[in-house]
Amino acid sequence: MEFGLVELSRLQFAATAMYHFLFVPLTLGLSIMLATMETVYVMTRRPIWRQMTKFWGTLFGINFVLGVSTGITMEFQFGMNWSYYSNYVGDIFGAPLAIEGLMAFFLEATFVGLWFFGWEKLRPRAHMFVGWCVAIGSNFSALWILIANGWMQNPVGAEFNPMTMRMELVDFYAVLFNPVAQAKFVHTVSAGYVTAAIFVVGVSSWYLLRGRHIELARRSIAVASAFGLAASLSVIVLGDESGYEATHNQKMKLAAIEGMWETEEAPASFNLFGIPDQEARETKYAIKIPYVMGLIGTRSLTEEMPGIKELVEGAEVRIRDGLIAYDALMQIRANKGDVAPEVTAAFEAHSDDLGYAMLLSSMVEDPMTATDEQIEAAAWKTVPGVAPMFWTFRLMVGFGFFMLALLTYMFYVTNFRGGNYPQLALKTAVFIIPMPWLAAEMGWFVAEFGRQPWTVDGLLPTALSASHLSVWDLAVTLGGFVALYTTLLIIEMKLMLAAIRKGPVQDVEVVAAWNAKHAPVAAQPAE
Amino acid sequence: MILHELLNYEILRVIWWGLLGVLLIGLAATDGFDMGVAALLPFVGTSDAERRVVINTVGPVWEGNQVWLILGGGAIFAAWPPLYAVSFSGFYLAMFLVLAALILRPVGFKYRNKRDSFTWRTRWDWALFIGGAVPALIFGVAVGNVLQGVPFTLEDNLLSVYPGNFIMKLLGLLNPFALFVGVVSLTMHLSHGASWLVLKTEGAVQARARRFGTFAGLAAIVTFALAGVWLAFGVEGYRFVSEPDHFGPSNPLLSEVVRGGSWLDAYTTRPWIMIAPIMGFVGMAAQVILMRLWSGWSVVAGKVGIFGIISTVGLTMFPFILPSSLNPTASLTVWDSSSSHMTLFIMLVCAVIFMPIILAYTSWVYKVLWGKVTQEDVTSNPNAY
Repeated sequence: MEFGLVELSRLQFAATAMYHFLFVPLTLGLSIMLATMETVYVMTRRPIWRQMTKFWGTLFGINFVLGVSTGITMEFQFGMNWSYYSNYVGDIFGAPLAIEGLMAFFLEATFVGLWFFGWEKLRPRAHMFVGWCVAIGSNFSALWILIANGWMQNPVGAEFNPMTMRMELVDFYAVLFNPVAQAKFVHTVSAGYVTAAIFVVGVSSWYLLRGRHIELARRSIAVASAFGLAASLSVIVLGDESGYEATHNQKMKLAAIEGMWETEEAPASFNLFGIPDQEARETKYAIKIPYVMGLIGTRSLTEEMPGIKELVEGAEVRIRDGLIAYDALMQIRANKGDVAPEVTAAFEAHSDDLGYAMLLSSMVEDPMTATDEQIEAAAWKTVPGVAPMFWTFRLMVGFGFFMLALLTYMFYVTNFRGGNYPQLALKTAVFIIPMPWLAAEMGWFVAEFGRQPWTVDGLLPTALSASHLSVWDLAVTLGGFVALYTTLLIIEMKLMLAAIRKGPVQDVEVVAAWNAKHAPVAAQPAE
Repeated sequence: MILHELLNYEILRVIWWGLLGVLLIGLAATDGFDMGVAALLPFVGTSDAERRVVINTVGPVWEGNQVWLILGGGAIFAAWPPLYAVSFSGFYLAMFLVLAALILRPVGFKYRNKRDSFTWRTRWDWALFIGGAVPALIFGVAVGNVLQGVPFTLEDNLLSVYPGNFIMKLLGLLNPFALFVGVVSLTMHLSHGASWLVLKTEGAVQARARRFGTFAGLAAIVTFALAGVWLAFGVEGYRFVSEPDHFGPSNPLLSEVVRGGSWLDAYTTRPWIMIAPIMGFVGMAAQVILMRLWSGWSVVAGKVGIFGIISTVGLTMFPFILPSSLNPTASLTVWDSSSSHMTLFIMLVCAVIFMPIILAYTSWVYKVLWGKVTQEDVTSNPNAY
């Protein structure tokens, strides 16, 4: 790959987004777990639950602040690095980002400060309410971001306006209730819950292995394994739902994940393993499981699944259709809209394929002069890198099932074996703490790399979306962001580890108050 | 959806132009004092305990205040997509500097007290200083450039092009007039931060804040006045060749613009806008005077001053939002760079629903946190920064 402006812009977006998503999943999950723990405290008034809330809250805070910091960049870099994209789809894409600020981020950020500072200033119930506001805010925030992202994967409710040279909103409900966005939202927040669950189980397991803070660690595992078990089932089910949605609007993504070059006749089989070869356009040594793909992709055993080659043929047809729209658009613009009705009709009939014609513009000066070979080459550009998609997806799914298994086991031991966790389980739990983060980053890779060569699927090619900047601009900011983020990440990890090593702090007064109140009946003194 | 026909496109555009101003004012009036406080931190606090007091005056609220910035970005994207696209890509490296500085700020607040080390804490103090002073300065520099016009053009397909070498582009933004407007912005933020500190602290920190605040407030008044004079005599305005269609499609290339005249001509055609600079001067002056008498009202007066200063810029330039010095016709204005009619309407509905809710819970949070921050508070509270 030649590292020009577009590649550097992509690299920068990928780097800043992936750094951002190191912090977000823990915020999503831990905020809910904190609110749950505090609710238990408010209901039972046992000091241990307050201590747990405060301890995990300290770790939450160290993580949260970097999520906020790295999030600032995300809000502005569409305009900085993807200005053509921003102008082209801002009419639709900007709205969910703004609503995210209004409805979600304001709630989350206004209350998070009070949550930390308000322990002494608020009564327990009010403080718990503040915690729930933070959790609801952060989760709603994810909803709106994924509505925006879902629109890039499945652009609904919008039409091209030749006068403004951009996509404009025609149906807001379609954007809101975009099935891809809904499936992605639940999949993503559930992944965040699993991340937080694995984190809490892992850190608590480390305490148990060390024989420290036993009471806190046991209760934390109990909460986290139940929460995590439910969440990991949801991740997998909704991942499957995303797969089903992908068959409707991103068939190419699914075919690439599958390394499925030829159309699979019904019932389609699933490639468990194989070596995808982009040059030869085949997947070698494929081990197939019959029926499974048909079930995931079509929820039936009677529908076929289109392979990459068939989809490319479809793309070629759409490029040719798109050229009709492109030609009409040029006439409309040259005459400032004053054209014969046939031209307008031709444009409207084919405007859905306009983006496909734009695929040619990075190959020829004027798409209308493209040769048949160039059109075929452009159609093949709609295929993302198959091997990276194939492998990343499989690793992600493998991690997902492994975490499900661990959480199920921990849940089982907690509830049916009196919490006698074997050493091996505890060690495994500590060892796999990074796993949910890896799986989440891989998930984003599959979703976004798999969307290539488009920024908005079928509408706007990535190659046209970037700002008119110099490679030097990008070099400075890419280097700057990576250096800054890496420094902050290292500091964050060190502080996190230090806080874990230090462990929870006993709130002497609260414990004393509890003991005084419960002393007569306390067969077992307060924990 | 037919509902959006309830308000016509022209009215929606003017409302969203107003809301753009509200967002910028909201940012400067809330996050503005956080920036001012952070920029003053190394100077008003001499010991670690004093600096912790200073940080904790904004500790619980900066996160919420900063959302004005994020919301501003999102709202410009949603309501003025061409502005979002042209400005942030045009001010590319300047934006990078602002972002880098802003990224340091949350981390500085949160991580500074995590280690009991002098070097560690001093480094974060200067990171916070950068996180406050750099954005406050560069926001003003950006406004200075907007007033002069920015050297961008739009290609036929509306790709924005900002020619030139990347270093020269950055240096071009840092021209004398723009830097001068940067000083207006910086002193305005510093004085507002100082008035917040006078309200929230006591003793030596409060006395120092009052001194810095008085100086910064007076400097803001003087530089604001001088910037007006400079604008009258040294900066050319922009105007439409013929009045554009207020209901037309959002394509800046459809209406012809030329340079000429002065921005201040607006004060002869719309004399009522004089109220904005007057509010700016009166608010800033009242902030300085009340710092000695009634510190709560000094903060309120500072916000009035900020409201006046920022709306002066918007009202002076109306209907221009981002003029182009390279190709004036490409200038972005209220009439040709908004979102579609439907998007503006939907976003307005959202703003009308959520802004009151936001203001309600934000006020509640400030009420809970009301009162002075003392050294005793900071040392006894394990959750303090």
